[in-house]
Amino acid sequence: MAVLTQRPRVNALESLLRQKAAKPLVFVLCLLPFAWLIYAAFNDLLGANPAEALIRSTGDWTLRMLCMVLAVTPLRQWINTPSLARFRRMLGLFVFFYAVLHLLGYAWLDMGFELDELARDIAKRPFILVGFLAFVLLTALAVTSPKRILKAMGARRWQMLHRSIYLIAGLALLHFFWMRAGKNNFNEVLVYAAIIATLLLARTWKRFAGRSKQKNA
Amino acid sequence: MLIRTQDSGFIHSDRSDITPRAVYEQRRRFLLQGLAAGALGAAPGAFAQSAGYTPAGKLTALPSTRSAVAGAVTMEKITAYKDASTYNNFYEFGTDKADPARNAGTLRTKPWKVEVTGLVAKPKTFDIEELLKLSAQEERVYRLRCVEGWSMVIPWIGYSLSELLKRVDPTSAAKYVEFVTLADKATMPFVGSRVLDWPYTEGLRLDEAMHPLTLLSFGMYGEVLPNQNGAPVRLVVPWKYGFKSAKSIVKIVLTDKEPGTAWNKAAKNEYGFYSNVNPEVDHPRWSQATERRIGEDGLFAKKRKTLMFNGYEAQVGQLYAGMDLKKFY
Repeated sequence: MAVLTQRPRVNALESLLRQKAAKPLVFVLCLLPFAWLIYAAFNDLLGANPAEALIRSTGDWTLRMLCMVLAVTPLRQWINTPSLARFRRMLGLFVFFYAVLHLLGYAWLDMGFELDELARDIAKRPFILVGFLAFVLLTALAVTSPKRILKAMGARRWQMLHRSIYLIAGLALLHFFWMRAGKNNFNEVLVYAAIIATLLLARTWKRFAGRSKQKNA
Repeated sequence: MLIRTQDSGFIHSDRSDITPRAVYEQRRRFLLQGLAAGALGAAPGAFAQSAGYTPAGKLTALPSTRSAVAGAVTMEKITAYKDASTYNNFYEFGTDKADPARNAGTLRTKPWKVEVTGLVAKPKTFDIEELLKLSAQEERVYRLRCVEGWSMVIPWIGYSLSELLKRVDPTSAAKYVEFVTLADKATMPFVGSRVLDWPYTEGLRLDEAMHPLTLLSFGMYGEVLPNQNGAPVRLVVPWKYGFKSAKSIVKIVLTDKEPGTAWNKAAKNEYGFYSNVNPEVDHPRWSQATERRIGEDGLFAKKRKTLMFNGYEAQVGQLYAGMDLKKFY
């Protein structure tokens, strides 16, 4: 018992996150998948259909970054690492970064940058439309991410807008689900859905718990 | 004016694009030497070897003569063997396109029998050795267009399916041909997954099956088929999407009713019975107007336009005269 009570308030991860180098390090880590794709593209490591590999893996990384940014708040609370909050905006911008690459890959490698073809494809195919909607929303979050825009908007309005990350997550999952639907191959979709659902449940549970605590107090 | 006869109906690109057989064989030797010497960079070679993937030049040679069937030898550049044998859809071995090359080593292709039965006067079960000798092996260079929007050019070896069907003497009641492929849980790790109903089945109308271009194939690139490409015997129907070409066939049944097919059962609105390559009828989730030729065009090259019946319209168009191909997709 004595050990428990003497546990330091700041855990190892928290002290690591407080290091000055932590942010640049996370930034570089987030860039690694991109660097690997560039390297792989130039060294013929992307298999027989490199265009498809690039589009798919940038899509995968968009989803992975999305899971990470959604994990910030629950993790911060569960494992007592308040400093994680400092990384949230950067991670959010990396969601946008990989989404841009994903869209760029599709528009360029798949559609040859023919804008009328692109517009037709987006309008005609629900799974592309859903992905595109998620991208438009994500763009809104990315452009309103600087602190001065937060100030200009006011915290409440800004937060309302940025809660659309949940909607984006839902749309991204639907986009992925639809893409895989033809082959009835949902294993990966289910993994992402489970992670995102857990993170959302954690938040709502925390909120309810927080409220009832307030009531009891 | 460019005049095309029925016989020269395939659309081909520049003659300068043709890879002569000697050159692609030489390239294979070069690749092999490179692998052996470790000179080609460790990664691709190491991947190929650890994956259990057999490079060209390692399987049994299958001698053949160039086919004289109209439209059977396109002059387009042949897809690299490595691409054709590592980028496969063969769901019994996994749904990722790299899975079959990795996992199909377990498939036992000997002994192998193919039962031909149903509405035929002379039903018979053929040993693979018997099938290999049933008719002269021909090399045919076909375009392969996958429903997913990519394509390859593959030198197959085999003979017209009609050669086999003639031996069993279909009765006048026979209208369709059903192909049943192997579903062996012991050697095919994904049989039992819920992706498809196993065994994988496919079907053709009898006149499609009897068309000289419909190939019963035993080899590619001068050798017997690698397991992941449907060893020891598969179908190749070049004017239809790739999935119509059933792999590792164990049974052929002649029927009077349109047989159910694996992809039609899995997603009726996406995959019809006919599945002819048709740039004008889109897949519900993507356009079929264009395709990416694997390994040929650069990463940023525009995709090429898909041709009606995959460019075999002159040879097979009459099979569908008067049919609404939007309805019978």
